[in-house]
Amino acid sequence: MSLFLVGFKNALSLILHLNPELFGIILLSLEVSGFALIIATALGLPLGALLGLKRFPGRNLSISVVNTLMGLPPVVVGLVVYLLLSRRGPLGFLGLLYSPSAMIIAQTILAIPIVTALCHSAIMNVDPVIRLAARTLGATSGQETLAVIREARYGILSAIIAAFGRVMAEVGAILIVGGNIAGYTRVMTTTIALETDKGNFELALALGLILLALSFLVNAAFHAAQRKGAVPGE
Amino acid sequence: MKLTVSHIAKSYEGRTVLADCSSVFEQRGTYVLMGPNGSGKSTFLRICALLERQDSGGIAYLDNGAPLAQDIALKRRMTLVLPRVGVFNTTVSGNVAYGLTLRGVHRDMIKKRVAEALAFVGLGRKKDQHARTLSSGETQRLGIARALVLGPEVLFLDEPTASIDQENTTIIESIIQDMKKDDRSMVIMTTHDPDQADRLADRLLVLREGRIVPAP
Repeated sequence: MSLFLVGFKNALSLILHLNPELFGIILLSLEVSGFALIIATALGLPLGALLGLKRFPGRNLSISVVNTLMGLPPVVVGLVVYLLLSRRGPLGFLGLLYSPSAMIIAQTILAIPIVTALCHSAIMNVDPVIRLAARTLGATSGQETLAVIREARYGILSAIIAAFGRVMAEVGAILIVGGNIAGYTRVMTTTIALETDKGNFELALALGLILLALSFLVNAAFHAAQRKGAVPGE
Repeated sequence: MKLTVSHIAKSYEGRTVLADCSSVFEQRGTYVLMGPNGSGKSTFLRICALLERQDSGGIAYLDNGAPLAQDIALKRRMTLVLPRVGVFNTTVSGNVAYGLTLRGVHRDMIKKRVAEALAFVGLGRKKDQHARTLSSGETQRLGIARALVLGPEVLFLDEPTASIDQENTTIIESIIQDMKKDDRSMVIMTTHDPDQADRLADRLLVLREGRIVPAP
């Protein structure tokens, strides 16, 4: 217990003294996850909209595949990205292995199915009459799609927040493809794993506290988005 | 603008809804299409409003005798108020502004026209209220305001009073009568209520067994 208390006290001291190593790790974590989230949203939202609004052969199978991929094991993603980017792999010439770019690729792969599936679900929950109403008011097919996306905006925001929570807490894939190199690819989760192994609990606990705080903020934002989407009085 | 409907037919999964419908709509005023529930009135309106394709037959819009291309420009000269309005998740004024925003109308003009349309249907004081908190009668009036604000040359009203109380029915009927006075649009509406048809129609049409027949 005393080990925990001492660690906790030292962790607070690191946070309060704005320890540069600690904040470098936090910034890199936010940068990697943020980029991954932007790419995943740019790809996942149109995919979710396509699955929700268009009828095409193989649509049901695609929905099943996307839903299945939501549970992708991160270490498998890490392994596949590693094999693709390793020197002997098909994308080895890019020289991305053990770089933040490789971590972004792995996190993007993990986040895309989450954004796609949850955006699809949010769009499917929009009353079909909304689309028809937009058309009666002179919307083109693109404007109709935008009207539906606008109706689903709080659900879509929730999807993005859920994906952010997933990638921020991810460790397996980025450890494999990033290599946990100090000052270059070391992020919060990989640092916690490493420092715990080394018995250096102060930094691990400090990062753990910040991860928890971020998780709390993500959840608060998630609930705020859901509350905002609810009709007043319902 | 003149609308000519020639021998249109429509079936859903083998069930014939419209067998052979023909009519011409060319005068300002209110056309009322009457028929029992399930007689195909809504389908007829959606086809006329170019929201759905007929299986056979033709729809032609003519301006000074010249046929108009059935493109988005023509679609924006008409609008249809659905029986279930389809309220957007925003304020009352946000709903009414939607169609104007699509047309790229300037923000100041949108504000002015939205205020006028809401005043016309008696919802001026509710402009900032969330639209999904309106009663069903008010929602129907919102649907009419959302259409009227666009100044359509043809306004389709699909059972505008089917599921609302008597008070709101009276209000909506008086809105339709006021539109007639203002000569705003050619109104083509459906109803299953013969008394309402008598009160509102300048010209009455009856849809029976998938065909438009002369009013009795």
